[in-house]
Amino acid sequence: MADLKPRSACADLLPLSRGALHLEELSWDPIWSISPFKGRGQAVSDALNAALGVGFPVPGTWDGGADLRAVWSGLDQAFLVGAVPPEGLAGQAALTDQSDSWATVALSGPDAEAVLARLVPVDLREAAFGVGRCIRTQVQHMTCVVLRDAPDRFVIMAFRSMAGTLVHELDVAMQGVAARMGA
Amino acid sequence: MRLTCPICGDRDHREFFYQGAAVMLDRPAPEAGEAAWDDYLNLRENPAGDTRELWFHGGGCGAWLEVTRNTVTHAVSDVALARDAKGAKA
Repeated sequence: MADLKPRSACADLLPLSRGALHLEELSWDPIWSISPFKGRGQAVSDALNAALGVGFPVPGTWDGGADLRAVWSGLDQAFLVGAVPPEGLAGQAALTDQSDSWATVALSGPDAEAVLARLVPVDLREAAFGVGRCIRTQVQHMTCVVLRDAPDRFVIMAFRSMAGTLVHELDVAMQGVAARMGA
Repeated sequence: MRLTCPICGDRDHREFFYQGAAVMLDRPAPEAGEAAWDDYLNLRENPAGDTRELWFHGGGCGAWLEVTRNTVTHAVSDVALARDAKGAKA
């Protein structure tokens, strides 16, 4: 019988460092997409809160901690990261297991904002995009999720098939910023 | 050009995709007759002034938006979720 070993999306590509900037892959597992049925948003949020202690996030935010997160990911959609949706949610929301569908990376360093400013057409400075914020936007032409994990750390999710492009775009921007900062 | 998505806020034009006139929301009844369907599918106004358009926020939250834009000044006076705009008419 074949011996199959799991291989992460960025296995051959990360981690990498450019000056004070660091890019690493995160093993977020599982990732479940939750889309409440019409009019069931509050019921879904209550069920999540009762079972896991995180509610359905309001648009533009994520909730939770390092091990368990509810990440807003679009209109009437959120990703539950680190836990399986509780029993009973199936009748209230569309649920899909997307654990293998995303390349999830963390960009950290004092100039992480400057790197993303080259790639993302949204103001990600801390005054406009603090810890706990999360948006759907684009890295260059590629749709993605960006969230702020800590004052100097962002998490970027892109489709798994685009992992190489994501790392390439981030790496080029990181090299440019590192060069300008004299690192 | 920037559009203020009701969900995401002020976003760059590159995140949006233009679909066409928002008359697509006013779908006639199946038995409305040939003239109504011909009008719905093929005939469009070409106003010099406010026009209602459908835009898709594909590079963001994925919402369909009804944008009111002035074709003379390019001023965007209103952006609403298409489902709300449609629901208000129903």
